[in-house]
Amino acid sequence: MFGYYLDLALRSLKRNRVLTALMVVAIALGIGASMTTLTVLHVLSGDPLPGSSTTLFNPRIDPFSMDGYEPDKPPPEQVTWTDGMNLLHAARADRQALMTGGAVPIQPTLSSLDPFYTDARYTTADFFSMFSVPFLYGRGWNASDDDGKARVVVISKLLNEKLFEGKDSTGQTLRMKDTSFQIVGVLGDWHVNPHFYDLNIGDYAEAEDVFMPLTTSRDMKLPLNGSTDCWGTGGDPEHAENTPCVWLQFWVQITDPAKVEAYKTYLTHYSQEQKTLGRFERPPNVALLNVMQWLDFKKVVPSDVRLQTWLALGFLLVCLVNTVGLMLAKFLRRSAELGVRRALGASRRDVFMQLLIEAGVIGLAGGVGGLLLAYTGLWLVRRQPSSYASLAHLDVTMLLFTFVLALISTICAGLLPAWRACQITPALQLKSQ
Amino acid sequence: MLQIRPIVTALRRHKAGTILIALQIALTLAIICNAFSIIQQRLAHLSQPSGIDEANIIVVQNEWAKPMSTQQVNAQVDTDLEALRHIAGVRDAAISNAYPLRGNGWDDRIMLKPDQLKPTTSTALFFSDERLLDTLGVHLIAGRNFLPGEIKAMDVRDELSPPSAIVTQALAMHLFPNGSALGKSIYFGDAHPVTIVGIVETLQPHSVDRWASGFASQTTILPCRLLSDWGNYYLIRTEPGQIDAVAAKVRQTLFAQDAIRVISDKDGIQEFPQIRKEAYERDRGMAVLMGIVCVVLLSITAAGIVGLTSFWVGQRRKQIGVRRALGARRSDILSYFLTENLLISGGGALVGIVFAMGLNLWLVTRFEMQRLSLAYVLIGVVMLLLLGQGSVLAPAMRASKVPPVEATRSI
Repeated sequence: MFGYYLDLALRSLKRNRVLTALMVVAIALGIGASMTTLTVLHVLSGDPLPGSSTTLFNPRIDPFSMDGYEPDKPPPEQVTWTDGMNLLHAARADRQALMTGGAVPIQPTLSSLDPFYTDARYTTADFFSMFSVPFLYGRGWNASDDDGKARVVVISKLLNEKLFEGKDSTGQTLRMKDTSFQIVGVLGDWHVNPHFYDLNIGDYAEAEDVFMPLTTSRDMKLPLNGSTDCWGTGGDPEHAENTPCVWLQFWVQITDPAKVEAYKTYLTHYSQEQKTLGRFERPPNVALLNVMQWLDFKKVVPSDVRLQTWLALGFLLVCLVNTVGLMLAKFLRRSAELGVRRALGASRRDVFMQLLIEAGVIGLAGGVGGLLLAYTGLWLVRRQPSSYASLAHLDVTMLLFTFVLALISTICAGLLPAWRACQITPALQLKSQ
Repeated sequence: MLQIRPIVTALRRHKAGTILIALQIALTLAIICNAFSIIQQRLAHLSQPSGIDEANIIVVQNEWAKPMSTQQVNAQVDTDLEALRHIAGVRDAAISNAYPLRGNGWDDRIMLKPDQLKPTTSTALFFSDERLLDTLGVHLIAGRNFLPGEIKAMDVRDELSPPSAIVTQALAMHLFPNGSALGKSIYFGDAHPVTIVGIVETLQPHSVDRWASGFASQTTILPCRLLSDWGNYYLIRTEPGQIDAVAAKVRQTLFAQDAIRVISDKDGIQEFPQIRKEAYERDRGMAVLMGIVCVVLLSITAAGIVGLTSFWVGQRRKQIGVRRALGARRSDILSYFLTENLLISGGGALVGIVFAMGLNLWLVTRFEMQRLSLAYVLIGVVMLLLLGQGSVLAPAMRASKVPPVEATRSI
């Protein structure tokens, strides 16, 4: 029966090409717009580290003075050097890393290259294992390198290609600020989107090119990148270790969900202790969000993108209402034909199914058109200068979702017209012939 | 002449179709009104003046590649600026840590008293010297420029303690609404008083994004060269029409002074018109997108009306024939369909106004949008009514051409 209904549907659609085209184009536009914006939203709100993001937490405490104190204000998003080092050395979590962003001047050994600045991350050793960073060659450094302020670096695949033509460069040296660093590792392809561990660099910034021990960067007085928030009289990056400023990001990995509460309690105890010591003035105010909660809290997905998504869905709704109207006209125009079918013994159910299949065919055609439009739309998005532009690609999930959305929405749109067409009394239609 | 009553009676027999057209008009109206509002808001944002002589300004991002002391940096900056000023076609050049629309920079809280707990407002801080005003072409409307003797070379590690400041008119008005700001003292979080010596008309801060709305239009220029061994910006103002010629010579000129520096190939030397374009790209993109959405929505709605009305005309050929046979003129038939559409569109528009307001309220709370102005609603209503009349015209003309003899045919 399905084949027969399909044949009937195609015949009927062919009979009135303009109307059919109008419906298909309307559905395609609605689906195309919705899928473009939904794909961007899907890509931007994705999980940067699938699998381990639920075990990674961003502990926050409030070291500020009583100036501007509001009881319900969330604690600052970064930590001071003193607190960061205290929490790092306490090692109460499975893994922990203290880090900040920076920029390093690289003096290439190849004479064909001019010196250039590139983004760097100054961090402690656990960074690589915590964030499951893939290595192409070599590995990260260890805690003793952190303590010894070792002149070691890990570089990105891209920088390795630029400086060493992609060969295994571990053991080679990298010169920065007239100082030689030993390369201990080269990263593989590593893309974290969003750049969750330090959003100050840019929500969708690429991972850095150079990674080195935090202590080394302080020893070398390398320039910092990111946000510094001070209270009282502070703001001296030279001696940032002692200033009342938050400027470091601290992340921990807690693999056992049962221990998360315990870590939060530890943060409260720590704040209490610091208050007793006179370092903290405010009552303990702590937060411990995992990666996705953190991204949600920071409202990383641009509000323009969310606005566009809602708008596209509204657009789809108008297209669907339009299609309902056109389908109603089309189905009712065929009252006579349907009357004959009913008189010859087709039940209401049969006629209803037949019409829904016709709606489905329109939906499928609209889906194909919508997919083409979505590809065009995403191509246009990628040509935009925004930082997330290059991420806008359709994946398999979204591809399937396009067809499901197109089919379901047109079949829903077909329900009312098909139901109305079923109500036709065959006798009346035959009589008027 | 108007035959509203029979039209309404006829529409009662086509409830579903009538409601669908009205609903479509209502939804379209709701979306386009808000889209108009978004377009207007974005265009207003991107046409804000920066206050500087945009057409003739070049920004150079100069980075040092070797360790240097503050004194060495200061001396090198003097040499560099002197060399830049000697390029043919250059009017003036200055050093700065920031410029309008740069994206990020130093912003700070301002107090009116040294022991004040809650800041009065915030401001963007531009660190430069007495050459900045001429280099940017900003208009000093009161007070004086910095004196050469006031300028200090300040390391980023030094405490912020400038003797004087020049502020924008907007900031002066915010700080001292009742009286002149000239000669008054302000404080940046410590007990050191900073005297306002000059007021400039307009100078946009380093960012115009939403996060920077706390210091929108509020910029302070300090008589300090903020130096670091990382690098700094050189701003160059050229004579009219010389911008491209000068930009082409900057790299060579600076490298001739000292070669151990980095000026990125990608964005090391930028002309301000380009900076402005990039800074507002998102706003422009959003406005264009909204424009496209409006056009496409209106076309779909028009196509829907044409389709449904054509169907109705086809369905009623016999009735039309009867009316014509009974003496109705062509214009009567035409005006019947036009009036019918006006009734449906009008009803849809009324519902649409409610939808538009509702949608706007929701957008205001969720997306910090402005309230919808009534003018846009009216424009939207008029547009949709005209669109309805326009799209019903062709099917209605066809209907008016139905010959009276149709009445005698069975179908």
